[in-house]
Amino acid sequence: MAAQIFAYIAHKSGKLDDSALELTTAAKKIDADASITAVVFGDAATADAAAAKAANTYKAVWKVADSALAYPNAELIRPMLAKLLPEGAILLLPTDSFGMDLGPGLAVKRNAAYIADAIDFEGAKDGKLVAHRQEYAGQVYAKVEANLSGGAVITCRPGAFAADEAGGAGGAVEDKSADAGPVPAAKRKFIEVVEAEVGDVDITKSDVLVSIGRGIESQDNLEIAFDLAKAIGADVSCSRPIVDAKWLEKSRQVGTSGQTVKPKVYMALGISGAFQHLGGIKGNPFMLAINKNPKAPIFQVADVGVVGDILEIMPELTEKVTEMKG
Amino acid sequence: MEILVCVKRVPDTAENEIAVKADGTDIVRDDVVYSVNEWDNYAVEEAIQIRDNVGGTVTVVSVGDAESEEIIRREMAMGADTGVLLSDSAFEGSDGLGVATILKSFVDKGKYDLILTGALADDGAGQVGGMLAALLDLPYASVVNKIEVKGDKLLVGREIEGGNQEMNEISLPCVLSIQTGINEPRYVGIRGIRKVASLEIPCDGKDACGLDAGIIGAAGAKVKRLTYFVPELGEGAEMIEGSTEEQVEKVIEILKAKGGIK
Ligand SMILES: Cc1cc2nc3c(=O)[nH]c(=O)nc-3n(C[C@H](O)[C@H](O)[C@H](O)COP(=O)(O)OP(=O)(O)OC[C@H]3O[C@@H](n4cnc5c(N)ncnc54)[C@H](O)[C@@H]3O)c2cc1C
Ligand SMILES: Cc1cc2nc3c(=O)[nH]c(=O)nc-3n(C[C@H](O)[C@H](O)[C@H](O)COP(=O)(O)OP(=O)(O)OC[C@H]3O[C@@H](n4cnc5c(N)ncnc54)[C@H](O)[C@@H]3O)c2cc1C
Repeated sequence: MAAQIFAYIAHKSGKLDDSALELTTAAKKIDADASITAVVFGDAATADAAAAKAANTYKAVWKVADSALAYPNAELIRPMLAKLLPEGAILLLPTDSFGMDLGPGLAVKRNAAYIADAIDFEGAKDGKLVAHRQEYAGQVYAKVEANLSGGAVITCRPGAFAADEAGGAGGAVEDKSADAGPVPAAKRKFIEVVEAEVGDVDITKSDVLVSIGRGIESQDNLEIAFDLAKAIGADVSCSRPIVDAKWLEKSRQVGTSGQTVKPKVYMALGISGAFQHLGGIKGNPFMLAINKNPKAPIFQVADVGVVGDILEIMPELTEKVTEMKG
Repeated sequence: MEILVCVKRVPDTAENEIAVKADGTDIVRDDVVYSVNEWDNYAVEEAIQIRDNVGGTVTVVSVGDAESEEIIRREMAMGADTGVLLSDSAFEGSDGLGVATILKSFVDKGKYDLILTGALADDGAGQVGGMLAALLDLPYASVVNKIEVKGDKLLVGREIEGGNQEMNEISLPCVLSIQTGINEPRYVGIRGIRKVASLEIPCDGKDACGLDAGIIGAAGAKVKRLTYFVPELGEGAEMIEGSTEEQVEKVIEILKAKGGIK
């Protein structure tokens, strides 16, 4: 029997997240013959708007609307999904702050297998599904096999599956609010979203970024990066550990939980290339990576790479460029 | 406040080049440097700070082999009050749910107001916290980067996309998974480690946990790891070889050509 696959449609006030068009591709990789249904939660207006858009890509769309669902609180949506989904269903979610919040607990509640952050599938066969994932900060890949007898909850890495831009599915929207409801009383209440602070430089506007990661090793070494940036006329950005250590302000962090940058040239210096970091680099810039580990995942995405010590190479670059400029 | 923090011993990915064994069954573990999962240090630091503010105790627990004692001791050197190891050959091959099930058996024996995990560990799954909460039927919040105690409730900030913060009010008891950057974990020096070096770490196995072998370990796993592999990658980066001087020359040439030097 073909699998019954559901794609959770993430949206912001009715505007679909990029993952909405990627999950259908993921579903087809799991089972080309599967029935694929989009599930949309929201308040009346946003659920309608998102469901209408999802119907452009998905033939079947289930809508659950309630004024208490205006903001996607996983603690409310999890029990509703647990009730709504048919037995043995496979639910796909994006690997993001919402999917990570909702998914693991839902798998437990449904007695389903949980696969986190899948990047590829080998297809469901004989009640089993083989998925590919990355471990050890992307340094190695693993094949995992999920037993589908109780269904599965799977988060899919953003960008790992091509967006299905075809459209024109003319899907039917079905109101499932009664089947999923009522909205339970949650012990976690959403209060508000506090927007990120704006910093002294706006790295989203920079053409050239000297971006440093944990390889910079100490706060004192930051100067080396700023010297290089000054010499070549770039701004300094960074990966998350630099911000966690409070060496640079949050507004300089590139990544899914930081800024999205669109430079012409991106220099990744001592950055391993985690997907949460790469998720903040858009517009396909020319990327130069310097890393002492020849197996660092960053070399898979960079255009040009140097295996070496940034603490040695950066000062030399600065010196040569300064000399050159005279 | 009685606080439990779950900690995992992991290969330190910032320090190691991780390679796959020729037969794909595991990573090459010789010469690998292990440490406590980066996220868990933040969780322990947060627990200590909360305890120091409102009183109570901090317990750390780890599911792992005998060598996990070393990270439990380290977290006690940071300031945790007690540490327990859960270890049994029957635990091997557990999936995330297996680990969460083992941890639940430990939680059930105590009385905790707050249970903390890291947001993510070396497997990149971020699953154990949410599963543990569901098994315990407790409220859960993931990727937490702020905690403020307000009586029998907590004000918690979750880190969401774009560096924004989602504020929630959550009732106790609850499970939270902690994101890096929530605090600055204190430094543990040689002297601190020495102080705890001879501490006896109690160890519970399957029977002490009251667990049936069928629901944990490889037998209970709904997800099985088949193999590790290194994929055939596309071309990847064009690597610049040569002496450092030659590399620097070439990099400058390329940067100039691509508009990287203004
Ligand atoms: C929910 C969530 C959101 C996240 N959001 C973000 C985000 O927005 N942005 C982000 O960056 N991360 C984010 N992360 C963290 C991410 O998963 C990685 O942990 C992080 O990107 C790693 O940063 P790094 O590459 O600097 O450090 P590491 O992964 O530790 O890599 C350091 C690299 O430097 C190399 N190196 C060390 N010393 C030298 C040297 N002297 N010379 C040359 N190379 C050297 C090492 O070989 C290694 O490859 C997020 C994680 C989670 C769970
Ligand atoms: C030899 C070997 C074989 C394995 N075989 C399988 C397999 O067949 N199938 C499979 O799915 N997995 C397998 N695993 C993975 C293993 O079960 C993982 O440890 C488990 O999935 C939980 O780790 P995680 O990295 O996913 O945790 P995450 O959910 O990413 O970690 C989040 C947080 O949960 C807590 N946590 C996680 N693990 C522990 C722990 N052990 N003790 C205390 N707290 C913890 C920590 O607070 C951590 O910060 C295997 C591992 C090894 C070493």
